[in-house]
Amino acid sequence: MNNDTLIPHLGVVTDIRIDTPDVKTFRVVSPEGGKVFEHMPGQCAMLSIPGVGEAMFSITSSPTNKEFMEFSIKKCGCLTSWLHMMEVGQQVTIRGPYGNAFPVETELKGKDLLFIAGGIGLAPLRSVINYVRDNRANYGSVQIVYGSRSKDDLVDYQEIINEWMNDDGIEVNLTIDNPQEGWDGHVGFVPNYVKELEPSTSKTVLICGPPIMIKFTLAGLKEIGFQETQVYTTMELRMKCGVGKCGRCNIGDKYVCKHGPVFRFDQLNELPNEY
Amino acid sequence: MQKAIIERAKQLLADGTVTRVIGWKKGDFAYDSTPAVFNSAEELDKDFIFDDFTASNVSKYLIKESQKEGKVLVFLKPCDTYSFNQLVKEHRINRENVYIVGIECYGKLDIEKIRAKGISGIQSVTNNDGTLTIETLYGTETMPAYEVMAERCLSCKSKKYVAYDELIGDDGEVMDSNRFDMVAQLEAMSSEERYNFWREQLSKCIRCNACRNVCPACSCERCVFDNDNSGIANKAPADSFEENMFHIIRAFHVAGRCTDCGECSRVCPQSIPLHLLNRKFIKDINELYGEYQAGADTDSRAPLTNYTQGDCEPSVVHERGVE
Amino acid sequence: MLKIAIEKIDELFALVAQNQALYIPSDNKDGAAEYTRWSEGVKYSNALNTLRSAKDFFFPQTEDLVDFKMSGKNIEIIDIRKETEDFVIFGVRACDAKSFFILDNVYLSEPVDSYYKNRREHATVITMACSKPSETCFCSAFGIDATQPGGDVECASDGTSFFFEAKTEKGKAFIDSVSSLLSDGDTAELDNAKAKTKEILAKLPLAELSTESFGADKLTELFNSDKWAGLSESCLACGTCTFVCPTCQCYDIKDFDTGHGIKRYRCWDSCMYSDFTKMAHGNPRLTQLERFRQRFMHKLVYYPANYDGVFGCVGCGRCLAKCPISMNIVKVMKALEVK
Repeated sequence: MNNDTLIPHLGVVTDIRIDTPDVKTFRVVSPEGGKVFEHMPGQCAMLSIPGVGEAMFSITSSPTNKEFMEFSIKKCGCLTSWLHMMEVGQQVTIRGPYGNAFPVETELKGKDLLFIAGGIGLAPLRSVINYVRDNRANYGSVQIVYGSRSKDDLVDYQEIINEWMNDDGIEVNLTIDNPQEGWDGHVGFVPNYVKELEPSTSKTVLICGPPIMIKFTLAGLKEIGFQETQVYTTMELRMKCGVGKCGRCNIGDKYVCKHGPVFRFDQLNELPNEY
Repeated sequence: MQKAIIERAKQLLADGTVTRVIGWKKGDFAYDSTPAVFNSAEELDKDFIFDDFTASNVSKYLIKESQKEGKVLVFLKPCDTYSFNQLVKEHRINRENVYIVGIECYGKLDIEKIRAKGISGIQSVTNNDGTLTIETLYGTETMPAYEVMAERCLSCKSKKYVAYDELIGDDGEVMDSNRFDMVAQLEAMSSEERYNFWREQLSKCIRCNACRNVCPACSCERCVFDNDNSGIANKAPADSFEENMFHIIRAFHVAGRCTDCGECSRVCPQSIPLHLLNRKFIKDINELYGEYQAGADTDSRAPLTNYTQGDCEPSVVHERGVE
Repeated sequence: MLKIAIEKIDELFALVAQNQALYIPSDNKDGAAEYTRWSEGVKYSNALNTLRSAKDFFFPQTEDLVDFKMSGKNIEIIDIRKETEDFVIFGVRACDAKSFFILDNVYLSEPVDSYYKNRREHATVITMACSKPSETCFCSAFGIDATQPGGDVECASDGTSFFFEAKTEKGKAFIDSVSSLLSDGDTAELDNAKAKTKEILAKLPLAELSTESFGADKLTELFNSDKWAGLSESCLACGTCTFVCPTCQCYDIKDFDTGHGIKRYRCWDSCMYSDFTKMAHGNPRLTQLERFRQRFMHKLVYYPANYDGVFGCVGCGRCLAKCPISMNIVKVMKALEVK
């Protein structure tokens, strides 16, 4: 009998990085070493601890990384709490890759890119950012606006300040919600910060974060003169199968696990407002 | 009867006694009706129906409706008034926001019993003094109404209204019902026979939750079974949970509060006689604690939530379990 | 056409059952027909339709997917799939036969669901033309001809004989395997019987039901209709309609700790249930209105949008008969219809 996508592969957690008080980044490889499967930026995978649960997570590492996959996971439910308690060496089950990807090889090619993220929303964008950094010649300028509640809640902070900020042609704008000791950067919400920065409307925007942040940022972008056709986001709904069959992650006739999770806002706006 | 009900509803709407009416809305066939809220005389004239098939007990809808502004008119059959009282007793219905008109009931017909006679293509059903004439696409059938009367009505416990503001028709009496006959038969079985009986019945369960969701005693805001982490939430069986536990736990949960309205068995798409589980509890409570009818009043203390020195000893359970 | 006398059908069943599991509709103690594995004494039921739909054969209420053994930090994944043995379903009505294709669109499209495919490939479907449609039938609204039910073998009765016609290679093989019991027969009476059934079909109370107001292009206006609140008002939020429906195909995946390992299984799920879309951080379908709307939008808009305009309903009428409050897709269609 052929493989069935519902039967997962085995993965081993080889590294656990504490990003923030409630976000950890897990490195997963196959038991034989190397990646369990290939993916494109924006795609997701079903991670599971049998008996605890299975859920869809965005693959936060770039496909240009040939050694391992990474998942940045916020503790918020039953499975994620378990994942936060586990130790290096723990085996997990993994299946995927699922969904579409950001159009890094088509529509985004040659474009000036503006990444806007809030909190754990950086996870899916990090895959694209590192993909772009590793294929630098294929893209124009890169600007990253990233905000969180506090400095401690910035995911991937070390990578941001040590790698991204040192790259030529990448502008990184960090912000936190409230003033904090030891923070001399920008303070304020992401939507306002984006407006203050007055990004050029020639840029293509990739945005991910809490729904409320996305809502206000999108409104701000439109005020500045951006079109919905320039803005991409990635969605998350409850999923079980990951392949558009179990029937629960639909927005209208589109299944987020199969037709998404990446949507352009003009496409999303044609769908019912039920997400 | 239907005409009188609609007229009275219109009067009560017109004089401002109530702002809306809960009743039954006409369907596509001679026998289907849907509980609905009617807001105007026009809506009542157009769609309100009351006939031999308007069986649903609408008292549970009052949990939601009685929390809204304005008084709601509800038409209750005698058995429905017991459910109503029980819900009032449990502080689930705001009595002040409800105006009850009690309506006579001579027993409801069960469309499944008609279908089980091989009758199909039903176009109309008329009842002339207890004789049914059923016009179908394949000819006309006649039969005595009692042959296709709902099981729960054949063992009707009461024609008395235990809650009402007014009546259309006369008040009746608590009936000398045969409703415990089948329970007695089950009790008379050997434990193996009884086990097999329930195993066969409960294995039919598809876990649609219709019994729970229709049950006026199942009025929890969030059901214990709807806990996704329980492993038993809302779902088809992974093992034999349905056979072993679901319905039995539910019966325990409504014990002493179930009025025996019979909705659970009416709605079961698999025809499981779920009411027998509840009746077993009612019969036991009657025998162990003295006669008690849930919903008969709104202030007495239920046997299972009350202590008296005459209460049976827990060991009685053991004694009764011995073959 | 090849035929067998009705009173001899048990002989045919016995012959088939020698080699394969055979399932036929048979009346249970409550007088309702259910697919039953044939053995000596199990009688074929003339009932119009089975209580539960025939989807159970391919998409069972619950099934195990994969086992896990956990030890320390290690996990062992055990593929428990086995090749299904060949089986025959006899007496599938046109509506249920069509429902298989609706399920196929979902489960046999990439990535193919091997569990479903396994059963589908090993089944021979013998259909049965309807002769006594019920008032709850509305298959014609979805382009189904109840007198031509399709399947691997199409079967029909003229009142004295069952006539068989192979529709697929599998069907030919089936007929070959029972040909010793079949004889050539005149179809004049059968044609008469079918013509009569068609007359009845045209007279059914729901014969005029139209799908014109539905389909992919009506998504926005239907989704935003102000009728949903009234339609969903008395919905009990149970899963009866979903579970008796031959085309409802949603499932849940769960883990069950047996004490010796973990069984991952899937089971039917219903969009009518409150936790269907519930996540740790919220629920996009908060009230019964949204859940109720989802079920009908799926059948009348989303499914056709994804599968070439085919509607996700076959008009079998089970939900009409079984909904505890008699709310159903026909009432929804009539209410939303643009005249």
